[in-house]
Amino acid sequence: MLAFLVSAIRLGMVFLFGSTGEILTEKSGHLNLGTPGVMCVGASCGCFAEYLYLKSVGPFASPVLAILVAVVATFAGAALMGLLFSFLTVTLRANQNVTGLALTTLGIGISDYMIAKAGTSFGRASKYFTASLPFADDLGWFGELFFSHGVMIYLAIIVALVCSFVLSKTRVGLNLRSVGENPATADAAGINVSRYRYVATCIGSGISGLGGLTFIMDYLNGNWEYCIDAFGWLSIALVIFTVWKPNLAILGSIIFGALYIASSYITGVSFAGKELFKMLPYIVTIIVLIITSMRNKKKNQPPESLGLPYFREER
Amino acid sequence: MATAAIELKNITKTFGSIVANRDVNLSVNRGEILSILGENGSGKTTLMNMISGIYFPDSGQIFIDGKEVVIRSPKDAFDHKIGMIHQHFKLVDVFSATENIILGLKGKDKYNIKESAKKVEEISHKYGFDIDPNKMIHEMSVSEKQTVEIIKVLYRGADILILDEPTAVLTPQETEKLFKVLRRMRDDGKSIIIITHKLHEVLSLSDRVSVLRKGEYIGTVETANTSESELTEMMVGKKISLNIYRSEPKDCEDRLTVENINCVSREGVKLLNSVSFTAKSGEILGIAGIAGSGQRELLEAIAGLQHIDSGEIIYNNPKTGTQDNLRDKTPIQIRDLGVRLSFVPEDRLGMGLVGNMGITDNMMLRSYRKGKSVFLERKAPHDLAEKIISDLEVVTPGTETPVRRLSGGNVQKVLVGREIAAAPTVLMAAYPVRGLDINSSYLIYNLLNEQKERGVAVIFVGEDLDVLLELCDRILVIGSGSVTGIVDARTTTKEEIGLLMTKGKGEEK
Repeated sequence: MLAFLVSAIRLGMVFLFGSTGEILTEKSGHLNLGTPGVMCVGASCGCFAEYLYLKSVGPFASPVLAILVAVVATFAGAALMGLLFSFLTVTLRANQNVTGLALTTLGIGISDYMIAKAGTSFGRASKYFTASLPFADDLGWFGELFFSHGVMIYLAIIVALVCSFVLSKTRVGLNLRSVGENPATADAAGINVSRYRYVATCIGSGISGLGGLTFIMDYLNGNWEYCIDAFGWLSIALVIFTVWKPNLAILGSIIFGALYIASSYITGVSFAGKELFKMLPYIVTIIVLIITSMRNKKKNQPPESLGLPYFREER
Repeated sequence: MATAAIELKNITKTFGSIVANRDVNLSVNRGEILSILGENGSGKTTLMNMISGIYFPDSGQIFIDGKEVVIRSPKDAFDHKIGMIHQHFKLVDVFSATENIILGLKGKDKYNIKESAKKVEEISHKYGFDIDPNKMIHEMSVSEKQTVEIIKVLYRGADILILDEPTAVLTPQETEKLFKVLRRMRDDGKSIIIITHKLHEVLSLSDRVSVLRKGEYIGTVETANTSESELTEMMVGKKISLNIYRSEPKDCEDRLTVENINCVSREGVKLLNSVSFTAKSGEILGIAGIAGSGQRELLEAIAGLQHIDSGEIIYNNPKTGTQDNLRDKTPIQIRDLGVRLSFVPEDRLGMGLVGNMGITDNMMLRSYRKGKSVFLERKAPHDLAEKIISDLEVVTPGTETPVRRLSGGNVQKVLVGREIAAAPTVLMAAYPVRGLDINSSYLIYNLLNEQKERGVAVIFVGEDLDVLLELCDRILVIGSGSVTGIVDARTTTKEEIGLLMTKGKGEEK
């Protein structure tokens, strides 16, 4: 049971990064369906940078620097995808859905290419990521559950909390939410809609990308076994599940993680049954969608202009 | 005279080939309420949008306190202490009043909702507003939302307030309350510009009135020295002869009788208020009114597209001689009876045609049910498309060219042509000549006349009074959802219609 929970948390944080980034993006009114691609590119950029770094320093790598290199490269690579998305949708006024889907395909392609160059095994790098706090072992199940994780797990929670705080308690957050709700209003209030959309999407994508890195380095212990786009889709589903709230996403992501791996921990389920189990997160999301739209509470609805473009001088 | 708080000199703004404002001059002093009066499309809102930084004038100067300024964005406008209250509220639904009010403020001070809410309360207390700073916008009434908008600009320290048709959405009681607040602001030294087309409001509220007509600046008068009839004349102008052909109606019989219909919008605003009239066969009934007075709802109610809360619409069927109540019928049944709505809404393509389809396909939108096999029968609609192209002189490369690529006039011809082809007994056309050049307009007028001579009851919603006066046989004037009068187009005057148009609800002459 303990192993199950720990595993659920580790996988959940992949979703947490993904959906925190996507929430930030969606709060600006951008529905970035490119998140799966963004996560792929982020992860592969991180891995590639790590591969170069470890190759250049040989056996004398600094753990802190190793982590930093990967995180920065991931963030930058994923943010670049966000920049591309914003450029296409804000500046060139392309359709957001089509652009997002195209970025997903592109992202998977890019990551496949980079992994082909860097190899699929990052076991050494993974050790830095999964190193746990020294006193975790002394605290029994409590330590196992809360302190045994690698650095990315804690980073995910911190990032989610910071995002939640920024969105609800700061002027920047208020402005950002207004851009996603009603860009014309924001514009009339003197807020630079394009800039907010660009910045939110780039930062959001960067955060989403870290989810990909977490999956490879932490959950899979550094083995690039299969492409990670499925987790991008789940992250988008998680955004709906948590009704666009990063703080709720912390809990939601662990639930998603648990649902996703539940099949492996329940004995006596056939292979087909396991695949059914993996559908659970999506089914739960649909149920949440039904409930929130039935209750029709304004507070729990998506940002009003989500997915809609904004141009000012239209008559 | 003291320096004006804001002064505009020779402001001109064009959108493409359309001149929205030409050489407009006006000024407002401190502690003064100025009304800007004009019909729809006279350029009032465009002018105010230039002051508030939404648009930038093509030429002309703006002075604030005697100094020339350049206003390029809403932010510039704030910096010059100009605040605009738009007709369509610019508020975020899921934010509280306070959050909306402080939105976009560059904060040197700490972000503190409680402090801001306190300041909001101070402002509302000072001017006599009634508002809960923590209430969410989506829980508010229209009047409350407007209050939030006004406090929003006051919070930013605006000294010049522009209100774009603030009373259009208010009840008479709410209007009175608003006026009281506005007078209090004036006495506090604020300059207030109010855009309106309601004469009685102009007379009761403002100190001076500036009149615009079709983008041109007509003049400014002191409210104390003017009268309703002078203002109306300034607003609608002198009658211009257009020489539109008009035949004498013959064999008129009642075709459509509308009795006391009422419609209420989802927000509880009365869209139509006890509207009654009769449309006769073989005549053109014009409908005049300020845009948004209920014309659209009226036509949609007849066509079965708008829910009617009470009242009857009786259709005298010329084929069977029976009377049918359209109220109980579906839009398709109504259409099959021969009541045709050739609706040309604000967005021409929006309600009548599919832009990406060719003319043939658009013809089929109305006849696809006639097909006998599972496959589409393209022959008949194709022939119809060819016929419309040749009869109405539609300029298009072919029947399969997407109608989106046709010019406005040609699109309109296709739309009207399709409805006429169904041999209607009642033909409703709303703004069929909007945006058309003169030749195309006359072609549409002739089409309507042709239908009239065939014994069709034509209902024509127009915005140009000169056209209405020359084309129609009778004119129904609608104001704020009520019929304010039905006049004979041959004997009435432009001023009479203008006066009827500006009469609001509940005002009897």
